[in-house]
Amino acid sequence: MVIDLDKCTGCGACSVACMSENNIGVLHNETDKIRSITWMRVYQIDNGKAFPDTEVAFIPRPCMHCQGGKSGTPGQAFFQEGPMDEAAHPPCVSVCPATATDYDEDTGIVSQIPTRCIGCRYCVAACPYHARYFNWYDVPWPKGSPRALSPFVSPRMRGVVEKCTFCFQRYQAARNKAMVSGGEVGEMDYQTACTEACPSGAITFGQLQNPEHKVHKLISSDYTFRLLERLHTNPKVYYMSKREWVRKMADNYVTRHNKFAQAAAQSGH
Amino acid sequence: MSSHQQGKKQRSRADWILLFVGLVIGSAFGFWATPTILYAEKAQPLQFNHKLHLEQVSDSCKSCHTLREDGSFSGIPSVQSCKECHEAGSPMGDGANEAAFLEYVKKNQPIPWLVYSRQPDCVFFSHAAHTANAGFECAKCHGDHGQTTKLRPYEYNRLTGYSRDIWGKGPIGLSGPPHRMKMDDCAKCHSENGVNRACFVCHK
Repeated sequence: MVIDLDKCTGCGACSVACMSENNIGVLHNETDKIRSITWMRVYQIDNGKAFPDTEVAFIPRPCMHCQGGKSGTPGQAFFQEGPMDEAAHPPCVSVCPATATDYDEDTGIVSQIPTRCIGCRYCVAACPYHARYFNWYDVPWPKGSPRALSPFVSPRMRGVVEKCTFCFQRYQAARNKAMVSGGEVGEMDYQTACTEACPSGAITFGQLQNPEHKVHKLISSDYTFRLLERLHTNPKVYYMSKREWVRKMADNYVTRHNKFAQAAAQSGH
Repeated sequence: MSSHQQGKKQRSRADWILLFVGLVIGSAFGFWATPTILYAEKAQPLQFNHKLHLEQVSDSCKSCHTLREDGSFSGIPSVQSCKECHEAGSPMGDGANEAAFLEYVKKNQPIPWLVYSRQPDCVFFSHAAHTANAGFECAKCHGDHGQTTKLRPYEYNRLTGYSRDIWGKGPIGLSGPPHRMKMDDCAKCHSENGVNRACFVCHK
């Protein structure tokens, strides 16, 4: 997935589409952002300058589906960087004591079984992107509304962890169709709900390794970057921006030194 | 002192026989009582003769249980499909069962069949992957269901509400439905055949 931050207006349509697609309920108190669930969350950053130089960017954040430095060949699964033994795992998978989550080598998606989850929340703590959410409450579905839920995604119960699945049910449906018709799953057969919902077309979805897919071309651009790249999580969500300060904010260049320098510059205003 | 003596006491043959008989009675009660307590029975809304219908149709199971063009599985056919042969007002068989069935046909009302192989909600199963792609026969998982002349009672777990067919035969194979469809069974076949075993392949 590639997200163009210069196109993102921060409208939140991706978040809404995601909640609707994946049966994510609305809790009693959605203002409690520590306990609410948003698989696709839109963060806001600004360049720290006073008006009229203020610039704002929004960072939609799904699960990054990190590969870590896991060994593998580019043909089998998505693999961009050389194996790094010191970080050879997606952060959330190796900490799971219940084997309720794993890394799918075929699709490159971090998959999970919510019904197997014991709710220890190690993975929530391990994820550097805060992409995993714990169900603190049972969703207070209004009377009759469960009938409007998607039958292709099982609603989760209180006490388990959940996260973005890259709309895997859509991949399953596309795969089924391909198997019956004898074709292959094409680029447009499998698109996530957030990609389809984005009104400005900021999100592009496809196979990063397939040279015929748009995302493959996009990630070779000079303007693409990933979040917290120095952690070697090897995420599959790329961002792009032509604004340098946005790219710097994505951590790759944030050192202790210029973090303090930035803070000092801000306090000067 | 007395306890020391008791510990050394030789057990008589009668003691051993009593122990054995007790074990047999206990196990027999356990194996009989546990499933009886755990599972409840429900009758199907109508009787259905799979064997009779299979003889009438040309394309075996696929005549009624079809894969749709979008890759999804139609499951139990609708009353609309029944109406391709059956007409309200002209019973093809005798008895109360046929009359009750024709009521559904007349009202065009879905028959509330109880699905033996209904999996829990968190399970994703693709009929397309197993039949169209892997080429399995229906009987590989569903057994000789297509050859039966009547529908057996639907048994379900009182605690979970799931069908007993998921669990399959009891621990020593004495009771319960013949085929099991548990996660272990799926995982076993997937690993034997080198099929992807990631969580999302079977869970949603």
